[in-house]
Amino acid sequence: MEIPENVKKRLSLPFEENFYAGHTACQGCGAALGLRYVLKAYGKKAIFTIPACCSTIIAGPWPYSAFNAPLFHTAFETTGAVISGIEAALKAKGYKVKGEDGIMVIGWAGDGGTADIGLQALSGFLERGHDGLYIMYDNEAYMNTGIQRSSSTPYGAWTTNTPGGKKHFLERRHKKKVIDIVIAHKIPYAATASVAFPEDFMKKLKKAQKIPGPSFIQLFAPCPTGWRSPTDKSIEIARLAVQTAYFPLFEYENGKYKINMPSTKKEPKPIEEFLKLQGRFKYMSKDDIEVLQKWVLHEWEELKKKAEVFG
Amino acid sequence: MEYKPIKKVISGNYAAAYAARDARVEVVAAYPITPQTSIIEKISEFLANGEVENLQYVPVESEHSAMAACIGASAAGARAFTATSAQGLALMHEMLHWASGARLPVVMVNVNRAMAPPWSVWDDQTDSLAQRDTGWMQFYAENNQEVYDGVIMAFKVAETVNLPAMIVESAFILSHTYDIVEMIPQELVDEFLPPRKPLYTLTDFDNPIAVGALGTPADYYEFRYKIEKSMEEAREVIHKVGKEFGERFGRDYSQMIELYRTEDADFVFMGLGSLMGTVKQAVDVLRSEGYKVGAAKVRWFRPFPKEELYELAKNVEGIAVLDRNFSFGQEGILFNEAKGVLYNTDAHPLIKNYIVGLGGRDFTVSDVKKIAENMKGIIEAKKLDREVEWYHLKR
Repeated sequence: MEIPENVKKRLSLPFEENFYAGHTACQGCGAALGLRYVLKAYGKKAIFTIPACCSTIIAGPWPYSAFNAPLFHTAFETTGAVISGIEAALKAKGYKVKGEDGIMVIGWAGDGGTADIGLQALSGFLERGHDGLYIMYDNEAYMNTGIQRSSSTPYGAWTTNTPGGKKHFLERRHKKKVIDIVIAHKIPYAATASVAFPEDFMKKLKKAQKIPGPSFIQLFAPCPTGWRSPTDKSIEIARLAVQTAYFPLFEYENGKYKINMPSTKKEPKPIEEFLKLQGRFKYMSKDDIEVLQKWVLHEWEELKKKAEVFG
Repeated sequence: MEYKPIKKVISGNYAAAYAARDARVEVVAAYPITPQTSIIEKISEFLANGEVENLQYVPVESEHSAMAACIGASAAGARAFTATSAQGLALMHEMLHWASGARLPVVMVNVNRAMAPPWSVWDDQTDSLAQRDTGWMQFYAENNQEVYDGVIMAFKVAETVNLPAMIVESAFILSHTYDIVEMIPQELVDEFLPPRKPLYTLTDFDNPIAVGALGTPADYYEFRYKIEKSMEEAREVIHKVGKEFGERFGRDYSQMIELYRTEDADFVFMGLGSLMGTVKQAVDVLRSEGYKVGAAKVRWFRPFPKEELYELAKNVEGIAVLDRNFSFGQEGILFNEAKGVLYNTDAHPLIKNYIVGLGGRDFTVSDVKKIAENMKGIIEAKKLDREVEWYHLKR
């Protein structure tokens, strides 16, 4: 059925698809949704760099590509460096980078490839002020290698190398706040986003295009395979992550913090609502849940304070 | 335009920097390491003084990122350059494979430096030779002039066969030693080396491509074979480019092994890089003393000059391979390669390995003379006293 132009214009997301069916993501994959939105936002005029991660596979094996945009596959720890090089080449050749009609240079990496092995290259990219966008899609573990913990895995989560078991060997470290490390570079634009809130994500992608210099978006992207959750619950889980303030949506723009969601006026939902939909948290005792709940609220208070003081 | 060289007294590192400038590199991504650093310092100076146009300099946070950034830049169509040494080269190792696998003609200068520990900043070839299986071409410079010429030729060869190339020079012996270098006027370099025409580029938005995607067992094998085909093709390209360079600028590089006074030689010394300057001088001395000796300087280690080595080996009774490097558990790396090449041929001279100059230990004309005496005895006896000799070893 042909969609009339006036209807297309009223849609809250661009109509155009540049991420094609035939990609090889699992059902309910948050990363695939994220890619679809990013490719909608920038059309074909974006150069993607993807390190070792699920998206290496999702994009399709040679000679296929699910992307209607150029894509460079690279080694695990190099996303920040490769996009720096691409941006430098475009500038040397006189292309417009970022801004209206500019080419978007995009690094798309998982949490392991960003928060762990790729942290140094990311820091270099941010610190040197390249005109590019780094998106960390956060599914909170090394999913492509088969669900091993990363520094972005939350307290209490089961993974294949924090497997629960009789001795209760679970993840005992809280999720690393990568976004705080990014903000410490005092870049012009950093934000968190979620696949449960595509309009908000789209708005942030547009902002990242407009603002010169390096931008960073941490995208919450559920992984039903690794989270042991039903494939039709990804959006609900991602929404609850925001509503419980486990993964609040906020922006850091030119030194100012702005909280988008959840509301700062009322108490966030209890963390248990987020946890109970996911098999990965089934080993957590009541005390464990209490530890995580306290941490979530503490972090939430800290963010609210930042938004109050630097709002 | 008539060729009138611009003569300057410069270090090997400055020769590398001037060559990168004259090759009109578009992106330089590099990280400091002794003894490479003055290459990127000089390039930064060009930028500061406005001597280069359209050059983007990326001061990365590691050598691994230096190569990754060069790879990104090259994939986006730019002429990319970097330089490093020893630990830095080892850190890049993963990305060296990436550059050749993605078929990107990045050019790099590696200043040979010994691998730690113990810490050393001095000359040793093990760092670059340990990268032999990464799909990079390798050219070893004997002197500062060859560093300059090598970088310019390397871009032309690399961009023809779509493989990366490494120009190798010696720590301090070349990198920090000043010598006369004849530089080529820009217009003539431009004629010799036109702007790069990439195999593919990430800026073609109408025909977007994915580079480096998953290759299953059904396809990976052929990708490897294509790299080897290009390496084989590179032999002919090197010959042509080296010849053209000679016709234009008077220094012929058509031969992958440079032969020095080998015509009627009983035996020859074979080696890589600056070492061979000393050897050539020693050959003159030895010749004046009645020795029938020559020198064979291996310019290109990858692709390996198999044919040239065979032609040489056919006509001599002995080869003394001088390795300023070592592969533990085996022998000197050039020696190992040379023996391998000759095994399936009918050329079987007596071939002995001398491990010399590791970690910058002095290697002089008198050392070459001692080795010549030893080789003479071997040839008279028609058998080796031993296969591998740690020549300088303190007893």
